[in-house]
Amino acid sequence: MSAENPSGYPVPLRSRAVRVLLDNIDTDQITPARFLKSTDKAGLGEVLFCDWRKDPAFALNQPGARDARILVAGDNFGCGSSREHAPWALVGWGFRAIVATSFADIFRNNAHKNGLLPVIVPPAVHARVVAALEADPAAELEVDLPARELVLPSGERAAFPLDDFVHHCLLTGLDELGYLLAHDPQITAFEAKHP
Amino acid sequence: MSAPRTLFDKVWDAHVVAQEPGRPAVLYVDLHLVHEVTSAQGFLALDERGLMVRRPERTVATMDHITPTDPGAYAQGLEEVVTKTLSTLEANCRKHGVRLYAVGDRRRGIVHVIGPELGLSQPGMTIVCGDSHTSTHGAMGALAFGIGSSEVGHVLATQCLLQRRPESARVRFEGRLPAGVGAKDMVLRLIAQVGIGGGTGSVFEYQGEAVRGLSMEARMTLCNMSIEAGARAGMVAPDDTTYAYLQGRELAPAGAAWDAAVARWRALPTDDGATFDREITVDVARLSPMVTFGTNPAMGAGVDEAVPSPDAMPDAASRTALGKALDYMQVEAGKPLLGKPIDVVFVGSCTNARLSDLREAAAVLRGRKVKDGVRMLVVPGSEAVKRDAEAEGLHETFLAAGAEWRETGCSMCIAMNGDMLAPGRYAVSTSNRNFEGRQGPGSRTFLASPATAAASAVAGAVADPRPLLDAGGAR
Ligand code: SF4
Repeated sequence: MSAENPSGYPVPLRSRAVRVLLDNIDTDQITPARFLKSTDKAGLGEVLFCDWRKDPAFALNQPGARDARILVAGDNFGCGSSREHAPWALVGWGFRAIVATSFADIFRNNAHKNGLLPVIVPPAVHARVVAALEADPAAELEVDLPARELVLPSGERAAFPLDDFVHHCLLTGLDELGYLLAHDPQITAFEAKHP
Repeated sequence: MSAPRTLFDKVWDAHVVAQEPGRPAVLYVDLHLVHEVTSAQGFLALDERGLMVRRPERTVATMDHITPTDPGAYAQGLEEVVTKTLSTLEANCRKHGVRLYAVGDRRRGIVHVIGPELGLSQPGMTIVCGDSHTSTHGAMGALAFGIGSSEVGHVLATQCLLQRRPESARVRFEGRLPAGVGAKDMVLRLIAQVGIGGGTGSVFEYQGEAVRGLSMEARMTLCNMSIEAGARAGMVAPDDTTYAYLQGRELAPAGAAWDAAVARWRALPTDDGATFDREITVDVARLSPMVTFGTNPAMGAGVDEAVPSPDAMPDAASRTALGKALDYMQVEAGKPLLGKPIDVVFVGSCTNARLSDLREAAAVLRGRKVKDGVRMLVVPGSEAVKRDAEAEGLHETFLAAGAEWRETGCSMCIAMNGDMLAPGRYAVSTSNRNFEGRQGPGSRTFLASPATAAASAVAGAVADPRPLLDAGGAR
């Protein structure tokens, strides 16, 4: 069981994991453009990776994948378009963390705003995660948000980098728009002297 | 004397509203560009809090991603979801007093084409849009980058964004650019060299003789694809080419304001002695026309170079990736793409649909025919590009060659408006992404310059444009 903190992010997040071990998974694969015409976020979880899901052997079609909250991917996850539909679809499916060796910038920015945690691990840790899941596909990973650590099935704890502010927002429920709005006096002062 | 600074440093520093310790900077946004696909949720965030757009005069909206390019489409009636998306943007703009270039407006066009064209995008500005190719506007000497829909809401509400300062990288193009190659070839070479994630976390500043020699429109092509190397933004320092381009544009400063602006802009270029976090050098002296062969923009090579073999890749991950890409594309390793038969040629997108791009394609097509069985779409980047092209008769060249001359929009770049490739078909496209299914489910895309695209249309197969350019008659 996991409790929820004020932001709604599960602490701890413990779950089995789905592996899509390709590098450079782009947002056109995560949510193809034909699904962007909608003006709301509902239903995007159902179209996640929809072209790849036509292949019965694809990871999301395997038993247990529907309950997975953690996705393990390759390098540079989420490259390409700025569409926030990509994290919306991942969260819509139920994912709350993605473990990869690196992420594209805009995706990473979009992800944490939607309670989806980009967990960046070094290649050696990534290899151990993959090996553990290969040995036992039902093994669980744990994301410890307060400690900023990923817990492997072996019990190994691997630290992952997470911006202090993002960490703070995810732990306290502080929202970025609220933070910006609180800067109204500074913004007004800035505008008075800005060309 | 302050320490020497880069162009990026100067633009960044001038826009920091607040910076608390351990927190990202509150960065002011000078120009916020909006389109129909990524803005609805941003406006919704305002509605939920009862907020209004803070600076409607710094916000400009257009319709481009899902608008049909078939002139008859409006008369036939649009799909319901398209009508709803367009009318949502219209209603949001009306409510908030945001300028909108809707269908029918003479200023409408692809968001990254109209910004510079109208004189909205100016040196030294911060420019954002819910679209990754916002990097295009960096050609003006602006700091311009793509944001997500949540951030669109932040900017609408506060005219600011929370941003960590990115790293800076100098990308120096060395050598004189050979004839028959241009900005698209330069940037595809850069991406092939550094990889699709090679620029992650960085802002590129493009330097070198080859960059200085580029027209503004070509600089836009170069900056446009910075994101395909994963870079946050790409920039070119403003110079006389920039000022000559901008002066007299509809929304550029005029009179005394122009002189004052130019005086400010002249202080923007990177100071001697300023340092970058990274240095990247790309040799262009022997550059040949580039074509991508795989499923991301880094999988590209000279049109006459052999497609690499997965066996030659340094590690298992890149072997798998290349193997999967070549399988999807049904492309053979070990020989050049030259001569590979194609079905469609698309000249369009915010990468290559400005007037100079259309001239480049027309120069190759003049007096020639699009090969039987090949469909060629020419989609101007804006209403203004369309008018200008028609004024000089380019459309006649396209039509005489057997190509389609269409209405403006993103069209087959993202395949959201009905213009798309059938599964398994091949296109040579002047757009920016060759991801699986980008131009329609199962579609296969070869990215190239307008000249290469036009030469391929004539050959009915991937072709080198240089012999056609040399042959004259085509000029
Ligand atoms: S032309 Fe393509 S890349 Fe450019 S804004 Fe439109 S969809 Fe995006």
